[in-house]
Amino acid sequence: MNRFAALLDRMSYEAGRNAKIRLMADYFRTTPDPERGFALAALTGALSFANAKPGVVRALITERADPVLFEMSYDYVGDLSETVALMWPKLEGAPAHAPLLSEIVHGLSTLSRSTLPRRLAGWLDGLDETGRWALLKLITGAMRVGASARLAKTAVASLGSVTPDEVELVWPGLAPPYEALFAWVEGHGPRPETSNPAPFRPVMLAHAIEEANFADLNPGDFSAEWKWDGIRVQAVAGTGPDGVRAVRLYSRTGEDISEAFPDLADSIAFDGAMDGELLIVRAGRVEPFNVLQQRLNRKSVTVKMLAEFPAHIRAYDLLMDGGEDLRERPFAERRARLEALVARLASPRIDLSPLVPFTGWDDLTRARADPASAGAGPDAEAVEGVMIKRADSPYLPGRPKGPWWKWKRDPHTVDAVLMYAQRGHGKRSSFYSDYTFGVWTEGEEGDVLVPVGKAYFGFTDEELKRIDAFVRRATINRFGPVREVVHEKDEGLVLEVAFEGLARSTRHRSGIAMRFPRIARLRWDKPPGEADRLETLEALLR
Amino acid sequence: MRPEDLLCPSPKGLYSPAGDFYVDPTRAVPRAVITHGHSDHARAGHAHVLATRQTLDLMAIRYGEGFAGSTQALAYGEAVAINGVRVSLHPAGHVLGSAQVRMEKDGLVIVVSGDYKDAADPTCAPFEPVRCHVFVSEATFGLPVFRHPPAAGETDKLLASVRIFPERTHIVGAYSLGKAQRMMALMRAAGHDAPIYVHGALTAITDYYGMQGLALGDIRPVKGTDKAAFAGAVVIAPPSSMTDLWARRFADPITCFASGWMRVRARARQRGVELPLVVSDHADWDGLCASIRATGCEEVWVTHGAEDALVHWARTRQLRARPLHMVGYGEEDEEAAPADGAAPGAEP
Repeated sequence: MNRFAALLDRMSYEAGRNAKIRLMADYFRTTPDPERGFALAALTGALSFANAKPGVVRALITERADPVLFEMSYDYVGDLSETVALMWPKLEGAPAHAPLLSEIVHGLSTLSRSTLPRRLAGWLDGLDETGRWALLKLITGAMRVGASARLAKTAVASLGSVTPDEVELVWPGLAPPYEALFAWVEGHGPRPETSNPAPFRPVMLAHAIEEANFADLNPGDFSAEWKWDGIRVQAVAGTGPDGVRAVRLYSRTGEDISEAFPDLADSIAFDGAMDGELLIVRAGRVEPFNVLQQRLNRKSVTVKMLAEFPAHIRAYDLLMDGGEDLRERPFAERRARLEALVARLASPRIDLSPLVPFTGWDDLTRARADPASAGAGPDAEAVEGVMIKRADSPYLPGRPKGPWWKWKRDPHTVDAVLMYAQRGHGKRSSFYSDYTFGVWTEGEEGDVLVPVGKAYFGFTDEELKRIDAFVRRATINRFGPVREVVHEKDEGLVLEVAFEGLARSTRHRSGIAMRFPRIARLRWDKPPGEADRLETLEALLR
Repeated sequence: MRPEDLLCPSPKGLYSPAGDFYVDPTRAVPRAVITHGHSDHARAGHAHVLATRQTLDLMAIRYGEGFAGSTQALAYGEAVAINGVRVSLHPAGHVLGSAQVRMEKDGLVIVVSGDYKDAADPTCAPFEPVRCHVFVSEATFGLPVFRHPPAAGETDKLLASVRIFPERTHIVGAYSLGKAQRMMALMRAAGHDAPIYVHGALTAITDYYGMQGLALGDIRPVKGTDKAAFAGAVVIAPPSSMTDLWARRFADPITCFASGWMRVRARARQRGVELPLVVSDHADWDGLCASIRATGCEEVWVTHGAEDALVHWARTRQLRARPLHMVGYGEEDEEAAPADGAAPGAEP
């Protein structure tokens, strides 16, 4: 466990993709089976433990440590696992046996809810601060070290001469501790058989385009289409060697979300893999994102939800057509195959994302500014921007620079006044980094501020420090981790807040919910009295 | 005599009414006793300064010869009388020359720790617990989450990374007085005998450590060195310079930072550190608790840092304890201010 913990520790600070791959590859190369296999399972999120909950960890620490000191420490560190890992008081004379990762994985999957805490305490006694941190992150399922499953598989692939995509293809048929996979990659075993007839293919993503990029781009090389404000999905279907047909819907990270969208299963009536946007379409109109949200992150879907929020796929691309892999083909050719397929399906649940005609970048600028009159019609509200794709681009996994660009619509902005600040979590745990802001409205005794949203990013580290210092200086009230800061007409901090859209909301006192708000600028220069009014926002709703 | 007559907090710092002198005052005063050379404790402009020879020398290096009207050097253990108060200095183990201030009048003994650590450090005299009635302690790392591992293990982490990434430069952020020289000594003790490159801000102080008899090996200035030499090398620089234009000369560097704050991941990440090294010149939680007990004191006053936790702990040990809420410490000190004074307890 200590070696794995050291790897996680190092990776948690390493931002570079290649350096992460090197660190993981070094670990896999020098760690024996089955330890490295369980590590791979942990890194790819293939492990979950039902009985290990944060509550268990909390109970253990309150038993061992002074609760006042624990609360003070937790308040400072802002992360339960880390706090416990750092302050864990080892029992005098506890045996110093550092558990193996395989022991822990085995223990966690077999121990009952009543026997787990004692064993866990024993493991914590045997580990150092880093080992305890890694163990607690592992069991509470919060192991975020900035390595995607894809990156871990890339590291495995780098051990031998296979490509990450080849690892991806055999992956669905494998289980921890992946001895067959390592044997194959290292050249002393056969290629593991895959039994998944509908595997996920890593998606292709786009870079945000900047003003300066256009000068180098020839409009004739590109085609454009709307960027829809839903969630990117991959619809895959195929028939296995046993004759059983499989239909899957994957998120863009490869998570199988089929169960949440049973209403699409019948519509995916083709063999192949289609890239598209998941949307809610009612009476032929695309609904805004906050309607789609009703269907997201739900364990079960009711018949009522299915009827009320019907799911729909707006198709962007075709990766596989039957057994034929189209990914090496140019976009224009894939698009033609996609159009043919969608026409053949004639499904009310699947349609094409239309191309946006343009000859020069000026046309596209106008289309982006006003999608409604450039073909999007009444669906314009659900347009997030435009996608610009090279007609000759193959479908490349990841985010290659050049072939695809995304060009989002300009956000709305509003000048609001900082009202409350809350301490952040994770890397910001000792900074006031979550900001509730308000705009002016008429109250019973003159103008008052009404909160309209909350933002916790958009600023630089330097700006964060300055806001944090302001919050500490200008506090007028404290409520646990929240501070109320001074917000008078002539005293306070004005934040320029950018957002993507507004929706009516009964949950907010202002009656308005902001979509994707973030801090665009700090207006130290502006007196709060000159910040915007609620009426300005309400006008946007009409 | 009540303790408050011998020592009390004041807006300019800790003040002795009986002796009419200040300890580490934050503003210019007629008579100051200085515990060590870090900038938040040792400021220029006092009329008279009493400190160890080394602290006086380091102040002269930092502020120039005329940093005070007059100075008086006092060796560890030696005593002087200031207006009837017997004052002596004792090793604090923090940095070269650092001292605790012991003051005694009418049988009452108060010790002001200054900044201190009880962990081993080859670059300065080890901390000596001094028996007293009232112990005035810092609490920079006054939370149980601050447990500093042995510094040798952290040095191994650095040297292991140098081996894994032999084409990259490891830039180690370390405070120019104390930590930088301690890192050099630690790396030498771990057998790393390649040249260590240093930022210009470290040169004078590092030379002074050398003159005091500390063997730090082959130390070379970054300035004027061919870029190719930095591949696989360790460079030590003040933390503030790591994000400067200055750091751009190193190709694909790994940012390391040697500080007790690195124990908390959020701290390290906030600074963009890629390889945090938990090496501290302050006592950790266990060190604070053990040192307080070792003084045999009946009462603890906590100057700066996470006062509340240490006060709570002391009370559970049947010690009288109170926070002094001293401002001005740990805020401009490089060591104690990783990010704009947002240190624990730096809140008003």
